Amino acid sequence: MKWLVNFLTSSLGRKVIMSLTGLFLCTFLVVHMIGNLKLFADSDGHKFNEYAEFMATNPLIKTVSYGLYFFIILHAVQGLLIYASNRAAVGGGRRYAGKQVAPTEARAAARNMAMLGTLILAFLLLHMWQFWFKAKFGGLAVEGDLFNEVKIAFAEPWVVIVYLLGLVALAMHLLHGFQSAFQTLGLNHPKYTPLIKGLGWAYSILVPLGFATMPIYFYVMAFNG
Amino acid sequence: MKKLDSKIPPGPIAEKWSKYRSTMPLVAPHNKLRMEVIVVGTGLAGASAAATLGELGYNVKCFTFHDSPRRAHSIAAQGGINAAKNYRNDGDSVFRLFYDTIKGGDYRAREANVHRLAEVSGNIIDQCVAQGVPFAREYGGLLDTRSFGGTQVQRTFYAAGQTGQQLLLGAYSALSRQISLGSVKMYNRHEMLDLVIIDGKARGIIARNLISGKLERHGAHAVVLATGGYGNVYYLSTNAMGSNVSAAWQVHRRGAYFANPCFCQIHPTCIPVSGDYQSKLTLMSESLRNDGRVWIPKNIEDVQAIRAGKLKPTDLGEDSRDYYLERIYPAFGNLVPRDVASRAAKYVTDEGRGVGSSGLAVYLDFSTNLMRYGRSVATSKNQDNASDSQIYQWGKEVIQNKYGNLFEMYEKITGEDPYKTPMRIYPAIHYTMGGLWVDYNLQTSIPGLFALGESNFSDHGANRLGASALMQGLADGYFVIPYTIGTYMADEIRTPKIDTSAKEFEQTEKEVEARINLLLNIKGNRSVESYHRELGVDIMWQYCGMARNEPGLLKARDLVRKLRDDFWKNVYVSGTADEYNPELEKALRVADFMELAELMIVDALTREESCGGHFREEYQEEGGETKRDDENFMYVAAWEFKGVGNEPELHKEELKYEEIKIAARNYK
Amino acid sequence: MAHDEISLTLKVWRQKGPNKSGNFETHSVKINTHMSFLEMLDVLNEQLIMQKKEPVAFEHDCREGICGSCSLVINGRPHGPMQGTTTCQLHMRHFQDGETIYIEPYRAKAFPVIKDLVVDRSAFDRIIQSGGYVSVNTGGVPDGNAIAIEMITAKRAFEAATCIGCGACVAACPNASAMLFTSAKVSQLSLLPQGRQEANQRVLNMVTQMDNEGFGLCSNVGACEAECPKGISLDNIAIMNREYIGASFISRRLANK
Repeated sequence: MKWLVNFLTSSLGRKVIMSLTGLFLCTFLVVHMIGNLKLFADSDGHKFNEYAEFMATNPLIKTVSYGLYFFIILHAVQGLLIYASNRAAVGGGRRYAGKQVAPTEARAAARNMAMLGTLILAFLLLHMWQFWFKAKFGGLAVEGDLFNEVKIAFAEPWVVIVYLLGLVALAMHLLHGFQSAFQTLGLNHPKYTPLIKGLGWAYSILVPLGFATMPIYFYVMAFNG
Repeated sequence: MKKLDSKIPPGPIAEKWSKYRSTMPLVAPHNKLRMEVIVVGTGLAGASAAATLGELGYNVKCFTFHDSPRRAHSIAAQGGINAAKNYRNDGDSVFRLFYDTIKGGDYRAREANVHRLAEVSGNIIDQCVAQGVPFAREYGGLLDTRSFGGTQVQRTFYAAGQTGQQLLLGAYSALSRQISLGSVKMYNRHEMLDLVIIDGKARGIIARNLISGKLERHGAHAVVLATGGYGNVYYLSTNAMGSNVSAAWQVHRRGAYFANPCFCQIHPTCIPVSGDYQSKLTLMSESLRNDGRVWIPKNIEDVQAIRAGKLKPTDLGEDSRDYYLERIYPAFGNLVPRDVASRAAKYVTDEGRGVGSSGLAVYLDFSTNLMRYGRSVATSKNQDNASDSQIYQWGKEVIQNKYGNLFEMYEKITGEDPYKTPMRIYPAIHYTMGGLWVDYNLQTSIPGLFALGESNFSDHGANRLGASALMQGLADGYFVIPYTIGTYMADEIRTPKIDTSAKEFEQTEKEVEARINLLLNIKGNRSVESYHRELGVDIMWQYCGMARNEPGLLKARDLVRKLRDDFWKNVYVSGTADEYNPELEKALRVADFMELAELMIVDALTREESCGGHFREEYQEEGGETKRDDENFMYVAAWEFKGVGNEPELHKEELKYEEIKIAARNYK
Repeated sequence: MAHDEISLTLKVWRQKGPNKSGNFETHSVKINTHMSFLEMLDVLNEQLIMQKKEPVAFEHDCREGICGSCSLVINGRPHGPMQGTTTCQLHMRHFQDGETIYIEPYRAKAFPVIKDLVVDRSAFDRIIQSGGYVSVNTGGVPDGNAIAIEMITAKRAFEAATCIGCGACVAACPNASAMLFTSAKVSQLSLLPQGRQEANQRVLNMVTQMDNEGFGLCSNVGACEAECPKGISLDNIAIMNREYIGASFISRRLANK
């Protein structure tokens, strides 16, 4: 198994871990967003609560969710370790006094993946505390009614703003991360790479946008009484 | 006077090499493992030699002053490499390549060496392909070739305009492999400053570690120099800034003969000088003459209008242009050899018809062929009614594929777009055919000291054909020295490892140290650079350049001596000896150029004829062609050093042409 | 020609040696816009020498953009502001009169400064030595035309092979990664049938060596490609990734070397 250790500890192997976990998280995001669209299914949240109940009790989903937690942690920890390696490779500190930078695609995103990732992680912790933790360990305003919790949370303007900022960070992270994952896996082809890039753009905008509809919708509803 | 023994094997020319190779003494593998070879230089010749000698089992120590072997100036060769493969079925053969090279060299090269070169030329291509050198290919997947000057067949293999780079990286990769296997020990950033001779044999070198400044002694059973040419004696040349004669000059001072130093090649297509701050000249590959047509305006009024900026070259119709190469040399046209093309450019600019702000430039125009290619593409696309701009666009793409990087390079330097307006070009020093005298084994007149590639004199006579330098460098390194070094090493198998604490090493090191200290302690008022510029631009290019005459050469000799005296009194070299000190490196090199320059002048004075790149104005045919004097000068002038300022001693190696009928060179 | 003259303020990094601390020195020069950037530095050095000061050390050799010796980070960009251009080919017509120019060495842990603007790039040599070759000895190889190679493949291999080893990719990369350099050689040789035979061990060994030299990891930012004077494509990095994954999981090799 030395070959596997060699692979996993090599620079390329570490990036492959980032890309595979990242792509897994991308599929999760789609599932999560589609599921959450049930928030709009009816006005009393019955369907959404049913869905939440299913997600929390179905044994298969539960197993997958442990995988998900693991991948989130792996992606985050590996990402931070890579960031540290890269800082060391640059030699630390401020690098150049000259200010110009090469024009590259998605420059701001690509150069700040670690920072964006950290923001997303912070957002994720807040998000999980608000809903997942309370649902699992108690603390919901009305026991068993997650829909009600969503309504309450998104009535607060600061929560909405934090969520929207979190989603902007997510969008930027995805904008670079999605197509970068394919490059890291060596999946590059003059015919298909443009498609992947296009898909990446669409994904990075549509998925966060889909999520964004939720806080906005509930805030507007609350605002209008 | 020592008689020069060129050690040419007997027999008919086509069999000399194969027979010699099969009968020469060998060194058994277990003995090779105990023997050491120093290779100085990592260009095509040096890297290929070091790699191959390492593969054979010798312990090789390889030196370069660069930070990496890959930076050697072979990397800058653009156009291609010749080989008698006859893949084109256009009548090429070993004999024809041999003949073209001898004729191109104006009958001043050694027949046996040149024939061997032509024989191994094909192996070089095979070797490079096997190393993964990405040569240009045709649609069928086979190797492509193109034309070069001085030939009527297409035998030049190429990789866009970066053939030298690709070949050097191939040799560098072979060298890197030997380094990783431990058979070659690489010394980057080490400059050879002297040769150590023990009992008359080359036994090592003194090298300066350019980072620490420390002098190091390195011993070996044999020393191989592959240190390139000395074109930088002219200051402005197409050579890299670091290219220098020092290694070759130091061994010359130690007794190696220097042959034909006045044979310098002036390349016809370089970007003209734009100002006196200029540090070097940039070549535009000869391959451009495949598709570029050289011209100047017919009428002096047009010339003046162009120089004044009132007229653009593209405004001039065909009738107002003088395609002078096509006019004078209809058989070879724009593809005459380099010396011929350069001289023609000199004549037309001397007439005052040169363009550019200085009047020292001619046009190289691609528009005719660009449109021709465009029309050919149109035909292949069945677009007979395509517009001119569409045809231009297609033609531009074809040209771009062939020479794209050269066109970009031109635009970067001049700020002009050569797709739209013709290039301005002018001759510049490019290559030196002269170099250390070597015999058939590539051994110099010092036993155990060998010289390869541009640093020797052997294959190109008085003028080198395009795409032949790469061929020679790799031939020497891959396919000649690995065999011929055995003729020397076979007698050395009993010689133990060379002891670098020997008094000869100590003595030589002391001399080098003294020289360095002398330079550092002058503390005068002029920079090294300014001396170099004066030597090259004001003296050598002026009096010992494209055209030479006796009074000019005599004057130049006097000027060089004065400048050299002044240099040793008034140069300022900053820094100290025991640190990274590029100024000191430069000063040591310029000091050697100062001595070489005088020898070049002496050689040019002595050779009272014109041949190839050596043009003595007193000896010319009607119409300005070179006038050789085969009766009196069909020899290699091998000069022996007799001390700075003293008359060097001339040794003549008579050239015998057994295979080739000598004739006046005719490209008309 | 007075309009061709410009004055510049230069902020030049000076550093005595590898372990010494360095600082910016300010100089002014009057130069001609037709000069190359390095000729501008020649002017500066001539000034310094005339004042009996130490000239600025910088590496350069061919001055036609092919040897890879010249480096420099000019105003924050390796080889300066022009795309596809080495410092030696950068001409002063691209700068304005009165401009201030920062001139710094490449900065990366794997490229320690030797003096002033000169850095040690020997890590690149060691990466090539770890596998950037085809293991054939001189002689005994098949005819050059024995194996046909599709034109488009030969062209891709050639384009990868045009790397000049200058290190701009490392200097530009926010992670100081040497992926573009390493992958250019890996993909050149893996594309060609001649290099295919040892493609697996090559990529494993070269990546290992690259990691050992202390270069950073690739984030697919693309700054390397944007700054590469030869326009070496990011595709090469994808090819290397693919080769590496294949060599690790598909080939029958159990360990490196």
